[in-house]
Amino acid sequence: MIKVKWFDTLNAFFLVLIGLSVLIPFVYITAVSFSPPSESLGGRFYLWPKEWSFAAYDYLFHARNFIRSLQNSVVITVLGTCVNLLISITLSYALSKRFVPGRRIALLFIFFTMIFHGGMIPSYLVVKSLGLIDSYWAIILPAATSAFNIMVIRTFFQSLPESLDEAARIDGAGEFRILLSVVLPLSKPIIATFALFFMVQYWNEFFSAIIYLNDSRDWPIQPLLRQMVAISASNISADAALDAQLAVSLGPNVQNAAILLAMLPIVAVYPFLQKYFAKGAMLGSIKE
Amino acid sequence: MRPWMGEVVAMLERTRRLGWPGKLLPYYVLAAPGIAYFLIFHYTPMWGLLLAFKDYSPFIGIWNSPWSGFEHFRHFFSTNDFWNLLRNTLLISFYNLAVFFPTTIVLAIMMNEVAQRWFKRLAQTVVYLPHFLSWVVIYGMTITFFGPSGVINHWLEAGFGMNFKFLISNEWFRPLVVFQAIWKDAGWGTVILLAALAGINPELYEAAKVDGAGRFRTIWHITLPGMKSTIVILLLLQLGSSMDTNFMQIFLMANSLNLDVSNVFDLYVYRVGLQQFNYSYAITAGLFKSAASLILVLGANYAVRKMGEDGIF
Repeated sequence: MIKVKWFDTLNAFFLVLIGLSVLIPFVYITAVSFSPPSESLGGRFYLWPKEWSFAAYDYLFHARNFIRSLQNSVVITVLGTCVNLLISITLSYALSKRFVPGRRIALLFIFFTMIFHGGMIPSYLVVKSLGLIDSYWAIILPAATSAFNIMVIRTFFQSLPESLDEAARIDGAGEFRILLSVVLPLSKPIIATFALFFMVQYWNEFFSAIIYLNDSRDWPIQPLLRQMVAISASNISADAALDAQLAVSLGPNVQNAAILLAMLPIVAVYPFLQKYFAKGAMLGSIKE
Repeated sequence: MRPWMGEVVAMLERTRRLGWPGKLLPYYVLAAPGIAYFLIFHYTPMWGLLLAFKDYSPFIGIWNSPWSGFEHFRHFFSTNDFWNLLRNTLLISFYNLAVFFPTTIVLAIMMNEVAQRWFKRLAQTVVYLPHFLSWVVIYGMTITFFGPSGVINHWLEAGFGMNFKFLISNEWFRPLVVFQAIWKDAGWGTVILLAALAGINPELYEAAKVDGAGRFRTIWHITLPGMKSTIVILLLLQLGSSMDTNFMQIFLMANSLNLDVSNVFDLYVYRVGLQQFNYSYAITAGLFKSAASLILVLGANYAVRKMGEDGIF
């Protein structure tokens, strides 16, 4: 019996250690963001600011490019989430109906994109030839859905009883009507799951903004944050030397405040994410 | 008659029987935007792969650019770049397989052993969180901790008079990338394993207890076998995606001082194609990667089926 208790105590002890190793970095960057830069310049470690300073937040809330990039992120996230939901739900619903001819071929056509793709440059050339460069559609449209999303949502629609449709049809409802007033109200959990999923996807996106948006005033928050925290010696992007200069001039409190603000919306929806996501992740493993 | 022809005939018959277009048209209308999306953003780029066999110049266009045959491939495979890219890509995948993957298994077992529900839920809530953060945020936090004037170097300097170039040296790149991956995603990686463990019959644990098995023996004989098939599938999937490194992560962590080890296929394609505008050559490298990935994924799926598990497709 004593052996068993030892095991549980040690297990709990290590889990607490792991948990702290996840949480402490957040506490530290928060503490740094509320300290005057002199406090943390040498990289001193503390979890509570010795001297409170709101200079970083004051600076950021008055920095036009920072506020603008947050606004851009909100626009891209809201628009992108709506587009993704629309395209994903309509296609999945159509493909969930066993009586629709051509369904198997369409599924194969979609599934193939899961295992083979043209890659970065051909995709870039397509976006460019569509004239989407410098537009938010260049970020949204290429990411509008995925084979995985379609498979998961379709599986959900198929799990709804078919008798519902028939009942509505007898009542004289058309096919669109059935989707809107019978199916969608029953699909709230899966729609919520994917709305959150798409929201996180767009809020966190930075690479497509870097390659498709030439004017940094159009940038969402993530590419701007990358510029703000960049260290010297990174020549991967053309103007990296400039980035590093800018980053050094900002000071650790501003940099960490920016990191914190860039993750804030995600942390805010995290309780909902956790509720739906574990289920959502499992839905993917359910096969027909 | 070939099977697909039968399929088409059956399809046409069904269409007629259901009374085209009345009941069916709405579904085709609903499917149209999504199908158009896959056509435009997934299938059109596949045609772009033809440019690997051409000398593409944006000024004369895709069709008018002259064919170059396998010239780009010959060049690509004969350079040191190729072997370097292959080594860097596969090594990062290997380290993830050897360190990240076992970490998720151990973490899943640890959480599964917790008896108190509230404690288990709390542990899950905490370790899942970093998964949802962007790579840029992770990159920023990494600089705060591992940067030249970060916390870790501050400690090392104060305690041992040392300063490590974590972010700007070849030696530290791979360990740091694997560490980042673990911090961000190891917790999330347990979701699917915990689901497998939830399916184990609790009577097995009771029986083991009655038989006097200790905790480690129970883990070895019940918990591990309970997630064996999930582990095998995940392992093969990982092997199947060996050519894919996490590009967003590598893109952020790569710089001129660690390029010898951070240069992976995706980064090379980005630098050659979108920075030097050598489209055809970049597409050649990309096509090699896509084709190799396809073969590996199909191989992995074949192996999963061979082992008597349900394949992914």
